[in-house]
Amino acid sequence: MTRWLQDNMPKIVLAPSFIAVMVFVYGFIGWTAWVSLTRSRLMPRYEIDSFIQYGRLADSPRFETAMVNLAIFGTLFIVIAMVLGLLLAILLDQKIRIEGAIRTIYLYPMALSMIVTGTAWKWILNPELGIEATIKGWGFANFEFKWLVDPDMAIYTVVLAAVWQSSGFVMALFLAGLRSVDEEIIKAAQVDGIPTWRVYSAIIIPSMAPIFLSAFIVLAHLAIKAFDLVIALTGGGPGYATDLPATYMYAMAFSRGDIGQAASSAMVMMLVVFTIVVPYLYSELRTKDD
Amino acid sequence: MTDMSYAPTRTQSPTTKLVLRFVLYILLALFALFYLMPLFVMITTSLKSLDEIRTGDLVSLPREVTFDAWRTAWSSACTGIQCEGVRPYFLNSLLIAIPAVLISTIIGALNGYVVAQWKFKGANIFFALLLFGCFIPFQVVLLPMAIVLGKLGISGTIPGLIFVHVIYGLGFTTLFFRNYYVSIPSELTKAAMIDGAGFFRIFWSIFMPLSLPIIVVSVIWQFTQIWNDFLFGVSFSQAGTQPVTVALNNIVNSTTGVKEYNVDMAAAIIAALPTLLVYVVAGKYFIRGLTAGSVKG
Repeated sequence: MTRWLQDNMPKIVLAPSFIAVMVFVYGFIGWTAWVSLTRSRLMPRYEIDSFIQYGRLADSPRFETAMVNLAIFGTLFIVIAMVLGLLLAILLDQKIRIEGAIRTIYLYPMALSMIVTGTAWKWILNPELGIEATIKGWGFANFEFKWLVDPDMAIYTVVLAAVWQSSGFVMALFLAGLRSVDEEIIKAAQVDGIPTWRVYSAIIIPSMAPIFLSAFIVLAHLAIKAFDLVIALTGGGPGYATDLPATYMYAMAFSRGDIGQAASSAMVMMLVVFTIVVPYLYSELRTKDD
Repeated sequence: MTDMSYAPTRTQSPTTKLVLRFVLYILLALFALFYLMPLFVMITTSLKSLDEIRTGDLVSLPREVTFDAWRTAWSSACTGIQCEGVRPYFLNSLLIAIPAVLISTIIGALNGYVVAQWKFKGANIFFALLLFGCFIPFQVVLLPMAIVLGKLGISGTIPGLIFVHVIYGLGFTTLFFRNYYVSIPSELTKAAMIDGAGFFRIFWSIFMPLSLPIIVVSVIWQFTQIWNDFLFGVSFSQAGTQPVTVALNNIVNSTTGVKEYNVDMAAAIIAALPTLLVYVVAGKYFIRGLTAGSVKG
């Protein structure tokens, strides 16, 4: 008996986590997938009834807005955070004397809750008392800045706050990458008199391809999950102008009592994540096994 | 610091170099302003009176410093019908975060130890399944979790939230410890086994003493995640068990009475303080946690 216990201890230790993952991750995904194929409303029902919920999603102008917003927000957020992060990393890589302090300043927003970030920016962008009033007070009487309450512009305030929060993290990733480039190659290029910008664009940046991929995955993941930031900054409004699939799902699940729509929109989110993450994880795990 | 300059010395005169250097520092300072500005605005706004907020501007220093807003935010601001400030919710967040961080870190350490050192058929598949679980959008588990918490009788309670955070934190904690333990030579485990040491003895006497850095990474990561969580907090709590993020959002968006921006900002800073403190004290480990999952070791 003790011998058997001894031999199987690793499996016994892993078993509860294995069961938890199978039930609470994969079982739950299965449940949501199943319910997304039913006519569930206030209560979950389990009789499968084709793709009716997905049809309703496709017909819903609110969900369409949410998907368009995800595309706008996701693209701008990822591109701007990457470009800004890379720029900051390169600037900081020039033998800056107070690098540690500056790095701390650029990265601290990452420690904040999205609710805190949203609250702060909501106040700064306040159309009456925020930045608009401040600049008016400086003598620019005609200055207007009402993005937060403008249905066409509000989504860009979400981009702004999200970039503020996450670009420091991208900088940290890239800075670690810049530091890991082989110094000998750089020195050789300098001896040959190759200008600094060429050293970066032709040698250093191309060698960081895996870091670009990592940063992309993390940012894409943050973008799809962005929920708290929208809730705190715009509440999805004005109207539902800044709804994302995440806020749509939440509204359907907890305020509209439409479980079918909640489940199907969650599955759409899942699918978006799946197409981005699975190839990445697959390649990661394969190289790690070698 | 390494001693290398990317600037080729022969092509630039000392003056150009000085100008470039100057521009560089200006740029760095401007970006620093961009990142610091919201924090600065939050702090100054929280120290102003409402009158001053209405007449003054965003970036001016308070003419008269008052801590009234802080007092209100802490103990009497309204989060809906209740007006007890953020204090009870701050406590809730602690009661949720501390056990959840400890439990998920302990289980993650054991899991990581097994996956990295006791390879058996299926251990890698388990790890892959667990890793993928880190990436799912939690919306996809929200509805069934609400039902299961109800069936377990812990719906809307703090133990319920601890349970949820432990389950969905396991992926990351296991990943941290697995990646850390995988670099420890397996000969060490084998030699200890020959000497008669068992599974837990090896873990406790050989692996634990080496683990302090990764424990710090795991604790900091989990604490930040759980403290800052909003989705689970808002979905699985009820009046009285809400974490501080939910309370903050309720204070800011409560529609009753006069909008007190200074109280909103004080409440936001209070909600941010614990994770900011962790970041300032242990920033190095915070960054290690952030990058652990995304950069190949």
